[in-house]
Amino acid sequence: MWLCNSSIGRKVIMSVTGVALILFLTFHACMNVVALFSEEGYNTVCELLGANWYAVAATLVLAALVAIHFIYAIILTLQNRKARGSNRYAVTDRPEKVEWASQNMFVLGVIVVVGLLLHLYNFWYNMMFAELIGDPYMGPCYAGDGYGYIVETFSNPILTVLYVVWFVAIWFHLTHGFWSALQTLGWNGKVWFQRWKTIGTWYVTILMALFLVVALKFAFCGGAC
Amino acid sequence: MAKNISFTIKYWKQNGPKDAGHFEQREMKDIPDDTSFLEMLDILNEELIEEGKEPFVFDHDCREGICGMCSLYINGTPHGKTETGATTCQLYMRRFNDGDVITVEPWRSAAFPVIKDCMVDRSAFDKIQQAGGYITVRTGAPQDANAILIPKQNADEAMDCATCIGCGACVAACKNGSAMLFVSSKVSQFALLPQGRPEAAKRAKAMVAKMDELGFGNCTNTRACEAVCPKNESIANIARLNREFIKAKLND
Repeated sequence: MWLCNSSIGRKVIMSVTGVALILFLTFHACMNVVALFSEEGYNTVCELLGANWYAVAATLVLAALVAIHFIYAIILTLQNRKARGSNRYAVTDRPEKVEWASQNMFVLGVIVVVGLLLHLYNFWYNMMFAELIGDPYMGPCYAGDGYGYIVETFSNPILTVLYVVWFVAIWFHLTHGFWSALQTLGWNGKVWFQRWKTIGTWYVTILMALFLVVALKFAFCGGAC
Repeated sequence: MAKNISFTIKYWKQNGPKDAGHFEQREMKDIPDDTSFLEMLDILNEELIEEGKEPFVFDHDCREGICGMCSLYINGTPHGKTETGATTCQLYMRRFNDGDVITVEPWRSAAFPVIKDCMVDRSAFDKIQQAGGYITVRTGAPQDANAILIPKQNADEAMDCATCIGCGACVAACKNGSAMLFVSSKVSQFALLPQGRPEAAKRAKAMVAKMDELGFGNCTNTRACEAVCPKNESIANIARLNREFIKAKLND
């Protein structure tokens, strides 16, 4: 199968799963924004995305996307290190054009995954998982009370700092990942290169700003304002 | 006015692909700054030979930037830093300052094993080219140049792609040891012209398969290749190769 056997095929897998995950993040950010305006509205969304069959199915698809993206990242990184050879350069000079994020995608990805595990533990474990095992009062709040969990999580300053670091890592990862995915899929050229870079930077900056605003709002004034 | 500079040169010595290799160091005195980098290495070798030592081995041929033979990694940049797109043979000592330490290394990539010192085996590029970097034509009398009309823009772009001299700086600069800029330029120079279209799908598949087989890495779009390419090849070529390859595979 060319998707697994060729270098471009493996990159196509990274691109498609990456783009799908960006779309998921977009949905997630939109959902979070509801919490800024209405506790009741946000908890309605959480109830809809509880242990219903469609939400569970979507969660499994998401888990598969993350797993495939991460496993292929490991495979590609190992192959690339082998291709580089065992002798390293004594002196290296990063050209101006080369962005830092582009050369550190794997490290950033590992930070993103560690943050993801923390996030799943803070929210998903107490919410969807608690409902699935039939114990909706397992965590500090009721499983459907997503608003309560946001207040709970961001009342802890250490968790808030960790979430901000996580958002920054995702931002760096996506500033390269966005246009790089389109380049790999062949949808790029001399004219579209700058356009995609600009669109991508704006898109992921707005996206991550939405996550950040929600986190900071609850960190600084909890559910009060 | 030309002035003379003195500097330290650290150059890589390695007896073969299996040898560990090491740096050797030498003070170079009063080198005129209008000396080319390769001429400076010739001076170094004359000094070494006069002292009865083994000369430093490096690749070079035309010394006018068109053959793609010279290949030195100078102070962390393939072909040295020139900002204008130039090969090592077009690099002049006026780019350096009095008292500098100049580090010279070979292209370091698993697909380019060291033959000796800074001379590396780049025959992997020839093998990729042989896998599909040509058009199958009947020999015979040359056809009229205007028999097939080609838009000027396409002709220019194909020519830009064809200026790739296959020096391997893209592979040397890439943290993944990927050859995508070379392969994409060679695929593009045909893909952009009507004569190259009939075999475009076959060519993209064959050249990428050969590239993977020879142990080059996977492209992660860091753009280090286009930043150091002496012929200013663009990563737009890589997008075109991806397009050609994906299209070819989906049509199978």
